[in-house]
Amino acid sequence: MSKNSSGIMRQKPMTPWMYLLPALIVMITFIVYPGFNTFYLSLRNNDNSGWASTRCLAGQPCWGVFENYRYALTSPIMQTAFLNNLKWIILMVSGTVVLGLLIAVLADRVKYEALAKSLIFLPMAISFVGAGVIWKFMYNYGSSQVQIGVLNAIITALGGQPVSWLTEPQINTVALIVVGVWMWTGFCMTVLAAALKGVSEEILEASRVDGANEWQVFWKIMVPQILPTITVVITTMVINVLKIFDIVYVMTGGNYGTEVIANRMYIEMYKNYDPGRASAIAVILIIVIIPVMIMNIRRFQRQEEMR
Amino acid sequence: MSVHRTARKHGLRNLPVHIILIGLCAIWLIPTIGLLITSFRPVQDINSSGWWTIFSKPKGYEEYQTYCSVCHGDDGSAIPEADLSDPDLVQNYRRSFSLLPSLSREIDGQPHMADSSVPDETQTAAIISYMRRISGLDSSSRLTLDNYIDAFTGYRGNNTYRADCASGKQSVDLYCDIRDLLNPRGMGRAFMNSLFVAVPSTVLPILIASFAAYAFSWMDFKGRQWLFALLVGLQVVPLQMTLIPVSRLYAQLGMNGTFLGIWLFHTGFGLPYAIYLIRNFMGGLPREIFESAYIDGASHWTAFWKLCMPLSIPALASLTIFQFLWIWNDLLVALVFLGGQHPVLTYQIGNMVTSLGAGWHLLTAAAFISMALPMLLFLLLQKYFVRGMLAGSVKG
Repeated sequence: MSKNSSGIMRQKPMTPWMYLLPALIVMITFIVYPGFNTFYLSLRNNDNSGWASTRCLAGQPCWGVFENYRYALTSPIMQTAFLNNLKWIILMVSGTVVLGLLIAVLADRVKYEALAKSLIFLPMAISFVGAGVIWKFMYNYGSSQVQIGVLNAIITALGGQPVSWLTEPQINTVALIVVGVWMWTGFCMTVLAAALKGVSEEILEASRVDGANEWQVFWKIMVPQILPTITVVITTMVINVLKIFDIVYVMTGGNYGTEVIANRMYIEMYKNYDPGRASAIAVILIIVIIPVMIMNIRRFQRQEEMR
Repeated sequence: MSVHRTARKHGLRNLPVHIILIGLCAIWLIPTIGLLITSFRPVQDINSSGWWTIFSKPKGYEEYQTYCSVCHGDDGSAIPEADLSDPDLVQNYRRSFSLLPSLSREIDGQPHMADSSVPDETQTAAIISYMRRISGLDSSSRLTLDNYIDAFTGYRGNNTYRADCASGKQSVDLYCDIRDLLNPRGMGRAFMNSLFVAVPSTVLPILIASFAAYAFSWMDFKGRQWLFALLVGLQVVPLQMTLIPVSRLYAQLGMNGTFLGIWLFHTGFGLPYAIYLIRNFMGGLPREIFESAYIDGASHWTAFWKLCMPLSIPALASLTIFQFLWIWNDLLVALVFLGGQHPVLTYQIGNMVTSLGAGWHLLTAAAFISMALPMLLFLLLQKYFVRGMLAGSVKG
């Protein structure tokens, strides 16, 4: 922490803690304690009357006290969820970052920059639920002659067969990811645009004068300079994608092979009433996120040293 | 902005740039526009034609132009003895089989249709629907507010709320007056619930966080560094990690389904980011102001309220918008801790999509009701809005 903001007025030793106390109490009650409790519950059986090993059936594979993790890591439905989350991460992160960067670079060259950016950013304001309704309508599949969904109307107008976007395996997960890209590209665009404005215009002009074309300027000068920002955006997006729940819940309910980890956790807890398995899934989620957490703390500490 | 950058914006030499950018903007905008237009269309229209047809001529216009307008005129009144804009005349032709014979008949020894052929049944039906429109028999508008009225009042019948109330055939749970806005099934009630959840869940964490951020910025105490580093780590803890223990705790305390429960939960999860953000701002305020205040004998309490808070308003504004929208748009926490006891907007819409199978006319209106406030905030307070969203983008 910076030296210049360290305490500059004498105070009783207890005073800072009086200011911190309300925040600490609330955070310990709602984040820290429940976090540890979830870990404990993940090792317990269904009604918390004994360890998870009591759930094991004779003659079946058993992971002892980690029995809930056996379900969370090896059951077919969870493996579908992991695979889908992987698809989400690969497609949504690359989609939002590439489109965000593209729009940031292009918008910088036009006079209606602010308007274009507002339009792209607008979906960030609305809920996943609202976006789910908007896109469910886009994807509407009419079995009769009339297609009221834009995508199928275009396809049939071009002479193709309408597609049932949300129930067709393989297609449907991609269709859901498109909704995520639509919502989050604005975020990536704004962060990357801010970084691009920081790239020295003199260097850009100098390389142009030296005969570099726009493509080379972009890859050789701009991208290397904003690489740290790109890394931050990517890690942020990975965390966001891992927690995706609402889009899947609203649009398919996890059916037709579109299951993801966060939705599975909700279903285990509030549909199947199985806190043990639900907790195990939550713990897996946090384990995946912990490296990013440590990275964030490290980055924060570096920033503080520079202040 | 540098001179070069401004200069580069002029001129049309970057035509491909304009095409790609405008194309992307259009793709981004079309889904929302489709929803907005659909929410204003009558239910029959929504299911029989795409929303983009709103920009084309009404049904039967083409056929009428081809077969009838030469003699009867564009508005149908060119021939006084066969005035197609007269409802009493059009009244007699309800179906294509009642109009077709008259089209094939001879008038004054000449075929009705003169040189052109007689339209087929489908075309005749379209012509009838166009005649009903120009004669005023069919006065149904192509745009309506009924979807919004039905969504707000929670109307679920086969007609519209207005029609049912006018004929006195409304269902038993509707009063047909202002009380219907509080119908538990309606979006009016859900809007109120969303506000009632979001306002305290925004004010409470920001107030508590401001105190903590002040301590982190302007006080010295042991463990300050590592406590703040811990806070940075807490920001990315997913909600899912704490839902189960907290809902068990609430079950024991009888707090499931209460507003207090959801306020406290949102406060807990809003704090790490709020403290981080406010502290970064407060810590950057000029040290001299505080020094002179302390020398003048100001206590921490006074410095906090009179100096620190007013100066931090830009950060507080960004945070307020972000936290408010985060809660307004949240589904998971509302689903778990409030459920159907106090349905909020997202919960109601989620229900309509997944289980109730409400029609598009209700769904589009309901979705737009939930989006109106965030969009308004975005348009009015764009600067604070964007700043807040960027700061809090990985919360919970």
